[in-house]
Amino acid sequence: RGPRVALLDYGSGNLHSASRALASVGARVEITADQQVIAAADGLVVPGVGAFAACMDGLVNVDGPSLIADALADGRPVLGICVGHQVLFSSGVEHRVASTGCQLYPGLVEKLHAPRLPHIGWNTVEAGPGSRLFDGVADEFFYFVHSYAVRDASGLPADAIVTWAEVGGDRFVAAVEWNGLSSTQFHPEKSGEAGGRLLRNWLDGFDKRF
Amino acid sequence: MTLALRVIACLDVHDGRVVKGVNFTGLADAGDPVELAAAYGAAGIDELTFLDISASHEGRSTTREVVRSTAERVFIPLTVGGGVRSVLDVDELLRTGADKVGVNTAALARPELITEISHRFGNQVLVLSVDARREPGQPSGFGVTTHGGRRSAGVDALAWAIEGAERGAGEILLNSMDADGTTDGFDLEMISAVRDAVDIPVIASGGAGTADHFVEAARAGADAVLAASVFHYGVVTIDQVKSALAEAGFVIRTGSRA
Repeated sequence: RGPRVALLDYGSGNLHSASRALASVGARVEITADQQVIAAADGLVVPGVGAFAACMDGLVNVDGPSLIADALADGRPVLGICVGHQVLFSSGVEHRVASTGCQLYPGLVEKLHAPRLPHIGWNTVEAGPGSRLFDGVADEFFYFVHSYAVRDASGLPADAIVTWAEVGGDRFVAAVEWNGLSSTQFHPEKSGEAGGRLLRNWLDGFDKRF
Repeated sequence: MTLALRVIACLDVHDGRVVKGVNFTGLADAGDPVELAAAYGAAGIDELTFLDISASHEGRSTTREVVRSTAERVFIPLTVGGGVRSVLDVDELLRTGADKVGVNTAALARPELITEISHRFGNQVLVLSVDARREPGQPSGFGVTTHGGRRSAGVDALAWAIEGAERGAGEILLNSMDADGTTDGFDLEMISAVRDAVDIPVIASGGAGTADHFVEAARAGADAVLAASVFHYGVVTIDQVKSALAEAGFVIRTGSRA
């Protein structure tokens, strides 16, 4: 009887892999955009692939920002993955056009300043002090595939745990943990055993015991 | 914090079965792509590529079920190529569980396909597969081929790689049709030439026979190295390739496996 996790279905992301990766570490996963199902779940995962603006549009179409805010207000943990991490910030800039995000914390998603993009492949991170997500996997490799990221974390709350990564000399936010809200720029569901352990760590952080 | 050089295994899949030279030890069914993918994951492969060589609609549907099963069991990146002709094909493959999609012939016939796919899904999903060989008649000395290297497309390989990147390809899978199957080593000059011409990652393919060959490809500028038969037959193991790369000073992914 594992924790019930709602995987938000809003037309973005590889839902199968995320669903099975969460199930493999003990979650009971429901792929849904139904408000009642999400409200009944113990935690919410927000996936995301592609462009910031397109993802945000899809999210708004299913009332995603409210679903995320409600979960957090109820004390139910939320995990954003890849573009699902990016849209939690205030805004994203693509092709010089800015789009508004969920604005859960200040921060701009912008193009990385690396000579070779997209940043595709397995990279290590500098886990934030006291990170729960990276417990036991702080030295592991995780799978990244993106060209945009948050490069300035100065607007994040002082008590947010920020994990960094670097590509081509450019540092960017690889993960954030702040109260009930966690998010990763990389894909834990594509990061083998290390990613599985990270997802397990996230489930272990739920207040409710299973 | 450094990006690891990726080691990729490619499986040719026909009607949902792995067809080309597989001799992986300890498998109940070496022709089962899911079994093989899981074995490669356990062996430390960084990424898998399925090349769907099915000729029929039914065959491709079967392969898509295999992609789904693989994505549900093996938690590493999965690229699927072969017969991708439209944005709809890409959409289906991504929904099925592919992380990236390879395009080849259809993009040569209609380069706008690259633009359409990248606009819809972002360039990170799109791998432009370039089957190239030495062609003295082309400005760069390298030309694109079709039909498994048997016919010239009449296109300069470097110019095509550049156009592909500009149109929105996220990676170039550079397959040397001269070196493919020889086990004499990668075409290092061609890797260097393409590496210098584009800013997106380049995956080197074709010609691997020894672990040192992978090191040479990395030195020539490859961001990732791909092989099929030498891995399937156990001529070279993933561990041997990664050890050789690490000894040569390249960052490789170590630690826990898929």
